[in-house]
Amino acid sequence: MNGTGKPYGMIAEFTTAASVLNAARKVRDAAFTRWDVFTPFPVHGMDGAMGIRNSRVGWFSFIGGATGYTSGMLMIWYMNAYDYPIVIGGKPMFSPFYPFIPSFELTILLAAFGAVLGMLSLNRLPRLHHPLLKNRRFGQATHDKYYIVIECDDPKYLESTTRKLLETAGSQHIEMVEE
Amino acid sequence: MSNNLPNQVLPPPPGLERIPLVENQRSPGWITDKVAGIIEAKTPAWWWWAFIPSLFLTLLLLTMLTYLISSGVGVWGLNHPVMWGWAIVNFVWWIGIGHAGTLISAVLFLLRQKWRTSINRAAEAMTIFAVMCAGIYPLVHIGRVWYGWWLFPIPNSNGIWPQFRSPLMWDVFAVSTYFTVSLLFWYVGLIPDLAILRDRSKTRARQFFYGLFALGWTGSNRHWSNYEKAYLILAGLATPLVLSVHSTVSMDFSVSQLPGWHTTIFPPYFVAGAIYSGFGMVLTLMVPLRKMLKLEEIVTMRHIDLMCKVTLATGSIVGYAYCMEYFIAWYSGNPYERWTFWHRLFGKYWYGGWAMLVFNAMVPQLFWFKKCRQNLVIVFIISILANIGMWFERFVIVAGSLYQDFVPSNWGYYKPTWVDVCTYLGTFGLFFTLFLLFLRFLPLIATSEVKGITPQADPHHPLGGARSKEVLPHDK
Repeated sequence: MNGTGKPYGMIAEFTTAASVLNAARKVRDAAFTRWDVFTPFPVHGMDGAMGIRNSRVGWFSFIGGATGYTSGMLMIWYMNAYDYPIVIGGKPMFSPFYPFIPSFELTILLAAFGAVLGMLSLNRLPRLHHPLLKNRRFGQATHDKYYIVIECDDPKYLESTTRKLLETAGSQHIEMVEE
Repeated sequence: MSNNLPNQVLPPPPGLERIPLVENQRSPGWITDKVAGIIEAKTPAWWWWAFIPSLFLTLLLLTMLTYLISSGVGVWGLNHPVMWGWAIVNFVWWIGIGHAGTLISAVLFLLRQKWRTSINRAAEAMTIFAVMCAGIYPLVHIGRVWYGWWLFPIPNSNGIWPQFRSPLMWDVFAVSTYFTVSLLFWYVGLIPDLAILRDRSKTRARQFFYGLFALGWTGSNRHWSNYEKAYLILAGLATPLVLSVHSTVSMDFSVSQLPGWHTTIFPPYFVAGAIYSGFGMVLTLMVPLRKMLKLEEIVTMRHIDLMCKVTLATGSIVGYAYCMEYFIAWYSGNPYERWTFWHRLFGKYWYGGWAMLVFNAMVPQLFWFKKCRQNLVIVFIISILANIGMWFERFVIVAGSLYQDFVPSNWGYYKPTWVDVCTYLGTFGLFFTLFLLFLRFLPLIATSEVKGITPQADPHHPLGGARSKEVLPHDK
């Protein structure tokens, strides 16, 4: 490892989905706050095992969608009924129906952007550097291994007891990661 | 942690086992190696044999477009009274093909159809490339391409805005949103898989590019939690979107007053036809691909079987829509309607009318038989016939409704020119060039999603390490 030498956290490896799920419950019950589980795919039930609340991505999407619909309706009203109205086939200058499709499409468009950008900002992504990505073993997190990382900044962190906890939780391999 | 407790999950009785979605109980690691291995291996010879002709056809497309733009739309076979020819036919056809990708990625996700994971990535790529091919046509068919910006909500030099009472404007919004959202959905799905490739890559260039687009993904569960929510929302948004896109396309026709176009059945009929042709294309691509890339354990016969069933279902909806169209044409008592529909089958374009009836409504009925669904040669042939049939459906709707309108002195006949044909061939080149590049550089199977549906990924399954008691407590 070619880090700065300052410890970042303790990383524990697990080999099955069930073992990491049970270990996460133990870490949660030990009242750690700055820790995370790393899995190659979302493990069913892990949010509950970690005590994570429902994601707030939906709000970003909702705001995007509401903006899209409103701006679509307003835009079409402004263009075709207010700024330069033209009579076409005796149709009304504005009605809630003919602008619906473009407004609907804008709803979907901005709601989708809201969801994606909301997800990225809640996850603090993109980020170009992460201490864990330098760890050679951690590369397996996208392959078939599961990891629990407890950061040294956690108020509950104490090298000896934390290691003990992760060992009793069933980890076969524990090491330190540098910043 | 005692290892000698009995497994909590009992195997189902014999004969009732569920056919697995990944055969031979392959582990998550095996799946990663398999899919990433395709990209990491040496480029196979067949890839070049497919890529070079595709690239040549792409150049043909560029040449044809240059010729069209520099000469005018007169180089196409358009003439009074058929002013919408192959350009619109091909536009509708390509965009219809895209629909299966969104159906697989979004609708089947909401319906919790786990089998979608093996095919959704390739199908979404197909969607994006098909929409790109489709998007070329409306842009160039306007004749004076340099006025294309009049389609966007920008006032022209006289201060006049685009007219939103025209369905063509709705189409602009529908198609551009569809493309953008499909791309977003595809990319979001790719992020964890790009991280896989980043972590495996041996060269600096690969590390850099996959790393850049993986956005620093680590597989953190706090991230997965937001990610899964965003993915669910995107699926929920893409579902009404995909239904709206071909509905809007159909309104380009049905909002007009022309017999053959002016029908209320068009939106659902177009959507069903789109999904039908799209599944045809997915099968056309996946049946040879699974063999050439040795993916039979991930894209199993069960997947093929299920795709055939969707094809059967949508083909039957299309068949029902044809019957309704004919019934209403007769029942309306409108002589022009009756004339148009009679001439679909017995007029100058009789071959198109019969092609659509036979290939779209009748041929997929073979999929009622398991023997046909399990025979890859038959599946492949039907999948191609489906797309030929759907092409003829659009041709019959466009040219067949226009060439003989209300006044006999106004009648004419439409036939494409060599430029029409070469442009259409060229779009195939573009499609396959992009698709082959996708196969070479991106994972064609949604690796982390497939891993997530294996029993090894399920903490409540013995293969996922489940033992009695300790997994039982329910959180929250």
